[in-house]
Amino acid sequence: MPQHLSYLKETTSQTAGPYVHIGLAPKAAGFEIYQKELGENIAGSKAEGEQIRVEGYIIDGTGTTLKDALIEVWQANAEGIYAHSEGGGEVEDGFRGWGRVITNFKTGKWGFNTIKPGSTLARNSGMQAPHINLWLVARGINIGLNTRIYFDDEVRANSIDPVLNLIEWENRRHTLMAKRSTDNDIPIYRFDIRLQGKDETVFFDV
Amino acid sequence: MKQDAEYYQRDPNIHPVACTPSYKSSITRSPRFSLISLENSISEITGPVFSHSDIDPGDNDLLTNFAQSNESPIGQRIILHGHVLDENSRTIPNTLIEIWQANACGRYRHKNDTYLAPIDPNFGGCGRALTDGDGYFYFRTVMPGAYPWQNYVNSWRPAHIHVSVFGASFVQRLITQCYFEGDPLIPICPIVQTIPNPNAIEQLTARLDLNATIPFDAIAYKFDIILRGRRSTLFENRF
Ligand SMILES: [Fe+2]
Repeated sequence: MPQHLSYLKETTSQTAGPYVHIGLAPKAAGFEIYQKELGENIAGSKAEGEQIRVEGYIIDGTGTTLKDALIEVWQANAEGIYAHSEGGGEVEDGFRGWGRVITNFKTGKWGFNTIKPGSTLARNSGMQAPHINLWLVARGINIGLNTRIYFDDEVRANSIDPVLNLIEWENRRHTLMAKRSTDNDIPIYRFDIRLQGKDETVFFDV
Repeated sequence: MKQDAEYYQRDPNIHPVACTPSYKSSITRSPRFSLISLENSISEITGPVFSHSDIDPGDNDLLTNFAQSNESPIGQRIILHGHVLDENSRTIPNTLIEIWQANACGRYRHKNDTYLAPIDPNFGGCGRALTDGDGYFYFRTVMPGAYPWQNYVNSWRPAHIHVSVFGASFVQRLITQCYFEGDPLIPICPIVQTIPNPNAIEQLTARLDLNATIPFDAIAYKFDIILRGRRSTLFENRF
């Protein structure tokens, strides 16, 4: 008899359901309970770098916007450092780089303000283009979906990004590009997430 | 010296696939293309860090965190407790767990919940805690009620508590649901049945734990949470 491998098995994912706000954003569910809700301020007040806003919709296979979804964002600071012991260095006071964003119950629009992240170290050598990591949960989504927001004005950095280049179908890479417009006080990047159908967003198994 | 390296990949045999037709709302919300598999970079092995300055000590007591003083919610008082471990059996300290649930009648305190069962004025339905140095956590709450939902005309969710946990990196991020031993609705629930593996369903089913019961106060259920484990390497490694 060979010996047994004694690894435990990861706990299985289940959908966050339609009432995810109660647990993760109770004010949106309609009540106040905590002194401090988490994830409202992504970059903090002392963050250096360019102030930006990112916004968009999440669209299902019928073309309808999701109105009950929750997104978590995870990003580096303008120097490309994550606020974590393995993040590559020290970040500004108050910079967490993590936040929670919910879709509007009526329109499905979501958006958040932050600073534009810098390039981060790539796996083996070189750099990854500036990007924001997203994790999306909602009713009907059995396991959280991971994707990345890249910035369409980072043409050179994007062209050598190892993750974008890993996507075999070059005609799908544009689904990860947020489009910059500067008609407002701060630059707005538009990023729509298409769960299914034409221009389905690239999602990652991370 | 051994160094921490990549996280083990997710095992597709224990997680639901994206499109599970008997859970109808997954049909239009599931990607049709396969996920692109990424090897871990610095973006994946890092993740948000929380501390006791983010939460309050009473946030894990759902019997009191929304109740009027000297009142408490209606329902069976329970303790939900356990450890957060990784697949290598290492405990995960200081990680944030958030829970939410319906009240004892099966009604959620949410703008969009219109079930006819009443709201409990003393029950918010959410709590949060950081695991201690041993990866241990506990909540005090009431047993949630079963509730009907739009799937088939006669679909009822088993009693469940939604559980969100972070771990030490963004790749360990997990949301799941905790069920309770002996509930006859578990095997016929379309959401439970999205899970392809019976052992994985067992692992989502909290066990009655009389050793942890508080006599004459609250009955206890044990619910351990396992997050993805991490490879060790004998060689230099850069993410
Ligand atoms: Fe639920």
